[in-house]
Amino acid sequence: MRSDEATIAGWGRVSTPGRELRSDDLVRLSDGATLSRGLGRSYGDSSLPPPSVREVAGTVLADRVLAFDPATGSLRAEAGLSLDALTRMLLPRGWFVPVTPGTAFVTLGGMVAADVHGKNHHVDGCFGAHVEALRLRVADGRIVDCAPDREGELFRATVGGMGLTGHILEVALRMTRVPSPWILGESVRATGIDALLAELERSSAAWPFTVAWADGVARGPRLGRGIVHRGRWAEPGEAPAAAPVPPRIVRVPCDVPGRTLNRTTVGLFNAALYRRHGRSRRRGLQSPFRFFYPLDRLADWNRLYGRRGLTQHQCVLPQEHGPAAVHGLLELLARRRACVCLCVVKNCGDEGLGTLSFPRRGTSVAIDLPIDDGTQALVDALNERVIELGGRIYLAKDAFTRPEHFRAMEPRLDRWTAVRRRWDPELRLRSAQSVRILGDPA
Amino acid sequence: MNVVLLGATRGMGRALARRLVARGDALCLLGRDPAELERSARDLQVRGALPAPPPAFPCDLARPETFGPALDAAAESLGRLQTVIVTAADFAAQTVLEGDPDRARELATVDFANTVGFCEHARQRLLAAGGGTLCVFSSVAGDRARSPVVLYGAAKAGLSAYLEGLDHRYQRQGLRTVCVKPGFVRTGMTAGLDPPPFAGDPDRVARRVVRAIDRGRPVVYAPPVWRWIMLVVRNLPRAVMRRAGF
Repeated sequence: MRSDEATIAGWGRVSTPGRELRSDDLVRLSDGATLSRGLGRSYGDSSLPPPSVREVAGTVLADRVLAFDPATGSLRAEAGLSLDALTRMLLPRGWFVPVTPGTAFVTLGGMVAADVHGKNHHVDGCFGAHVEALRLRVADGRIVDCAPDREGELFRATVGGMGLTGHILEVALRMTRVPSPWILGESVRATGIDALLAELERSSAAWPFTVAWADGVARGPRLGRGIVHRGRWAEPGEAPAAAPVPPRIVRVPCDVPGRTLNRTTVGLFNAALYRRHGRSRRRGLQSPFRFFYPLDRLADWNRLYGRRGLTQHQCVLPQEHGPAAVHGLLELLARRRACVCLCVVKNCGDEGLGTLSFPRRGTSVAIDLPIDDGTQALVDALNERVIELGGRIYLAKDAFTRPEHFRAMEPRLDRWTAVRRRWDPELRLRSAQSVRILGDPA
Repeated sequence: MNVVLLGATRGMGRALARRLVARGDALCLLGRDPAELERSARDLQVRGALPAPPPAFPCDLARPETFGPALDAAAESLGRLQTVIVTAADFAAQTVLEGDPDRARELATVDFANTVGFCEHARQRLLAAGGGTLCVFSSVAGDRARSPVVLYGAAKAGLSAYLEGLDHRYQRQGLRTVCVKPGFVRTGMTAGLDPPPFAGDPDRVARRVVRAIDRGRPVVYAPPVWRWIMLVVRNLPRAVMRRAGF
């Protein structure tokens, strides 16, 4: 492919003209750059350049660990270090990240920018809660160190700020000491969405890691049936002495033809998954790679969605509306005959420190959808429901939300924008997403 | 194994140093920029779970007067020299070099004359210590002159010839020479170029190079497929090479 026709895409495979410029020297690379990008695992256009810009700064070569204190777990590293590399390095020594998203193929910089959350959000909050300090290249070219108690406003706007307040150069965080490198996991089946949510809630009272998979295409009372997964780190006496071996990765060799994933095939797959689990509770030791990153074993799984790719709609619905809100959302999807390829439900704890971070107390529902001509209308309908319920969406997944919808969901936007403008009055740092949703100059 | 690395702060050298430290080799870093050396040393300290960062000394391929003192300091800190690895090199696109004869001469000096100069210092010390391994990163660009890499390729061709000569002359005295010929590898050096098919990644190159050092293989292509690609390219007639864009 010639460079003048190069394109760049997020995980959802929707691409724009542009390319990634990589360097192991982030200080040099970020100078004058419009946007930084890590491993490109955000689904939509968060890591894509605005239309008038052709290059984004790729951070993945900047992957050095700069300090680690085995007494406290304090770690400082360059922003391009991947979670996968960090886990392989420190899990055998008894350390793990305090918060992990559902894939290890993210960079520390990306984890901060999206303020990722994980199965332990109900007890440990977002990733940003465990970040001690950041080194940023801000829009005017200065390099600024920030922390909760130092340039605190900038710090809080950067955590979950989608890389729009400054290029993240270095991240300092507190790792968590784990009693063993194994997870003791349990899973239970639930016959419908209400039972599933009840089980998720019960599990979260006793377990640090919980999440539920729901069947989003089952009909009638079976809608939202699924499996609740819960776990905790195994105690030394419960686990083998040897550290788990990271699994072998299988690649999807080529694009699967479009429409291979449809309501029928997904329904069959879901039914098989549901039946295979069986009625009884399952319990056992699991490798954390399997427990936290079940999809990582299939590299390039986004190719299963064909050329047009996929989008994810992830929203959080406030606690006060209860399970009925989630039930209603699934019914809306069923009525519109949406091809819900994957539906993941998680109860969230309190809102964190990030000015624009996604999670808040309530239930997060993430729905993977193949992109087709009806996707925009479907996302609009979902967003209208989210607005009615006082919820909000996760920018790291989004490719379709309209600016007026986002504004209606985000009373916090003005506060965040004020901080951003103070550090970047000319809006030099932008992304395709910020142009689309925030109305930045193209 | 005691290893001195020149150029371990980035790219393939960085990947190689991480592999070596992870398996317990004692490292000493040589490089141009003290701040970069310190960051890399700390990275290797954490990855290798070492009580202190590996020692690092300034050494610049553009300044031959630094070669001897740097190698002496390295030998002293490690106790004895066993393996010396050179991944450092200069690189610039042909289009840049042909517009600037001084820059072209500089690249040819660093990548050939000065690299040879450094290797001579290393060779003397390794032979004096009873033998050892000298592993130097040349390039597939040195296998056949090609229009996009006229100057870089010429310097690397000279370097490859020198390393082969070392192997012939000193192999029986205990000097093991490993000439690494990477094809296109995705690193900071090649960022901005469009990766061709069979582009390699630094970590896999590093794995292959470590194995070659352990076994004392005199020439190693990485990724391995480049051996066969270059076999073909070496035998293409001049008429084809004149027209070819690669």
